[in-house]
Amino acid sequence: MPKDHGIGAAQKRREDVRFLTGAGQYTDDINVYGQTYCHFLRSDVAHGKIASIDTSAAAAMPGVVRIFTGTDFEGVGGLPCGWQVTDKNGDPMKEPPHPVLAQGKVRHVGEPICAVVAETLEQARDAAEAIELEIEELPAVVDMKAALEGGAAKVHDDLSDNLCYDWQFGSETAAVEAAFASAAHVTTLELVNNRLVANPMEPRVAVAEYARANDESTLYTTSQNPHVIRLLMGAFVLGIPEHKLRVVAPDVGGGFGTKIFHYAEEAFVTFAARQINRPVKWTSTRSEAFMSDAHGRDHVTKIELALDAENNFIGLRTDTLANMGAYLSTFASSVPTWLHGTLMAGNYKTPAIQVNVKAVFTNTVPVDAYRGAGRPEATFQLERLVDKAARELGVDPIKLRRQNFIESFPYATPVAVEYDTGDYVATMDKLEEMIDIPGFAARRAESEAKGKLRGLGVNCYIEACGIAPSNLVGQLGARAGLYDAATVRVNATGSISVMVGAHSHGQGHETAFPQVVADMLGIDESMIEIVHGDTSKIPFGMGTYGSRSLAVCGSAMVRATEKIINKAKKIAAHLMEASEGDIELQDGMFTVAGTDKSVAWGDVTLAAYVPHNYPLTEIEPGLEETAFYDPANFTYPAGAYACEVEVDPETGKVTIERFAAADDFGNVVNPMIVEGQVHGGLAQGIGQALLENCVYDADGQLLSASYMDYAMPRAGDVPFYKVDHSCATPCTHNPLGVKGCGEAGAIGSPPAVVNAVLDALNNAGHNVAHIDMPVSPHRVWQAMQG
Amino acid sequence: MTKVTMTVNGKSVSKEVRGNMLMTEFLRDELHLTGTHVGCDTSQCGACNIHVNGENVKGCTIFAAECDGAEVGTIEGQANADGSLNAIQQAFQDHHGLQCGFCTPGMVMSAASLLKENPKPTEAEIRHYLEGNICRCTGYHNIVKAIMAASGQDVSSIAAE
Repeated sequence: MPKDHGIGAAQKRREDVRFLTGAGQYTDDINVYGQTYCHFLRSDVAHGKIASIDTSAAAAMPGVVRIFTGTDFEGVGGLPCGWQVTDKNGDPMKEPPHPVLAQGKVRHVGEPICAVVAETLEQARDAAEAIELEIEELPAVVDMKAALEGGAAKVHDDLSDNLCYDWQFGSETAAVEAAFASAAHVTTLELVNNRLVANPMEPRVAVAEYARANDESTLYTTSQNPHVIRLLMGAFVLGIPEHKLRVVAPDVGGGFGTKIFHYAEEAFVTFAARQINRPVKWTSTRSEAFMSDAHGRDHVTKIELALDAENNFIGLRTDTLANMGAYLSTFASSVPTWLHGTLMAGNYKTPAIQVNVKAVFTNTVPVDAYRGAGRPEATFQLERLVDKAARELGVDPIKLRRQNFIESFPYATPVAVEYDTGDYVATMDKLEEMIDIPGFAARRAESEAKGKLRGLGVNCYIEACGIAPSNLVGQLGARAGLYDAATVRVNATGSISVMVGAHSHGQGHETAFPQVVADMLGIDESMIEIVHGDTSKIPFGMGTYGSRSLAVCGSAMVRATEKIINKAKKIAAHLMEASEGDIELQDGMFTVAGTDKSVAWGDVTLAAYVPHNYPLTEIEPGLEETAFYDPANFTYPAGAYACEVEVDPETGKVTIERFAAADDFGNVVNPMIVEGQVHGGLAQGIGQALLENCVYDADGQLLSASYMDYAMPRAGDVPFYKVDHSCATPCTHNPLGVKGCGEAGAIGSPPAVVNAVLDALNNAGHNVAHIDMPVSPHRVWQAMQG
Repeated sequence: MTKVTMTVNGKSVSKEVRGNMLMTEFLRDELHLTGTHVGCDTSQCGACNIHVNGENVKGCTIFAAECDGAEVGTIEGQANADGSLNAIQQAFQDHHGLQCGFCTPGMVMSAASLLKENPKPTEAEIRHYLEGNICRCTGYHNIVKAIMAASGQDVSSIAAE
């Protein structure tokens, strides 16, 4: 029987009721008395010098409250970057200022130059049209290779060039060169990890108000991590101490990474509300989102694999250019380095691995973490390369992978991480069963009978989640700790509010987190409420990203609940005049072991708040505990994915016929939610592989700036997926044994799709080594023409 | 300004509106019915789908003035009279057909229109009908499944139960 309660139960989500009835409260649903509306005048050129700004006519327009320009922000801090990466020469990365409103120059299309605050949005927009702005256009750098060439235009005039850092990591050069020198075969692949736009369906919104009475600012914002925004904006940009700044992230309509970062618009509305002493609201249009939300991916990589005569992997070397865009977004620098290089071993015991990454400034929107963040880039290059090696060697790609699997744990890779546990053979076995490998030949014949080509692609993935041990990331340059926090507040009647630092924007924390606490206490989930997204209500929190919520914040919640149990047992012991060590808690009842004496959960909680018969000399009244949890290691979800495609040789169109995902997430709290997370990740990965592409022209104009031009996956583009998480090796170092499931689908799926297309083409006699994503009909057809 | 009168979720409303006010603005800003969401500015995403005289319409493509005299339905009017979820809403909850919830009102409104036109749609018909509704969270699997279930079809054999 499936469980209906506690850990492991596929409980229906309680948050769904408000979302299904239109009662959700997203940031744009918040309106504050007396609010004004803000519209940003943004750069329409990629690179230029601001010659003049004349706001006098605009300022006289109806309804205009005030117009702000870069001058208003002289002396105000810029947007900070949260991770200091060190160049291979030992120098710190170049970190140019990132102003709230452009200072003297514009460096990408969409950069905010002026902000008009007016009584209505229409008035703000109309007035922005009347601003007289002169920009002397400068040559733009868009292509990363060109940006690094001598004589290229510089994005930042006071830097020596467009190189942010040159990073090298992993095995010593001599060890890697020795591996390649002794190789029986070397496979080389050059590829692009296409630039993407995260596109949560809710565009960003920021509403700020200022209470002059107590000098307090409140910012409502579409954020995955309100405390991080409070810290960054308060301490680094506006100089507002934490106790005078409240950040609220209410219902948030999807994040996928792009709502982690601290954005100019949030700082602007908070600043402006203080200046004009009225609330200020900004709501992004989708077009603005395309040119102001941080983009994702955008790597160009050359990767080489050395194999010995028995096809064992003996060396791996990568050389990547990673686009940073015009400025360093909050965690941009960490994505191509510590979130990418450390995963290059994949699931394989390659003994020598070296990763080289050059991060490059270009006149494009800043690039930062997008679902998977560095790990999809690592997985894609490695798993495409292994497939290419198998084809070159004429061996079965699954067999080649199996032969090189890491099979004993813990396993320290040459790229600085230690996998605590895993079973890559089990997930591959499961995958083969799910995709029905024996039936493939018949399915291929069926496709061929219809004049179609059919291909099967397989790959593995590993990710580092549960971000992250603070001591470790501190050594690696993180300017933050990456613990999380939870407060468990038990009320007098026994109901519980759990204040968590994780933020739920689709992940179902409001349902899954109570399952954990209910399981520990033996009470019903309906007595437990999760509170999140408001810095005035929760103790602290680093937020939700990197598949960390349950592994890190959930662990803090477990620790706080353990403290609750310890204290409650003391109270129960006193009530029953027994020894504390003899008290057992089961199904919400405290029992003296070996007796029929018991008190109920509610008796104990009432005693804590009505302490008439209470050991006041030994313990305090009340029942509320807080825990901060800092993980000992990353977690390492892993798995194997397979995709079957049909290719129409007449048009090059690829159709996904089957997709199977065998994941090891360790223990699972709510399997329904976990499967939903995988489904969503798969669609994003399939979107990257087949459809999505963020395109700039040579002048830095963004060509894919709406849903008319940027191909989002629709219902008709994806199949029903087969997903499985039964091959579980629980994480060894967190109390729930959980690993995280939020990013796996997006990390694991792109290589399976591309491998499948190449299998279809090569099987049909087309000698095609690689096609860059998105594998569009045009690209497939061109590849088939040789 | 133009005076418009219409029935929204069974209730008659009358307001003075700008000629260029979209239905999304009218519902959200004038009537405070914030369940109708705005996810794009090119009429692609479908987060704003509403019913106008029984037709499935994107609220961002129609002016409030055009709805003068119309019967308008929004997500806020979809639940049963006793406040419980209707069959489509319940199927979305039962089959985890939503995550962040932002596209959900439009999905539910489109699903209702689809089932009115085609009470037992196939998987392919559902996927085709949802062409104008973008979801970034669910990968559509559980949305399609929920709509099939809401139409009374057995979904127990669909992968990934």
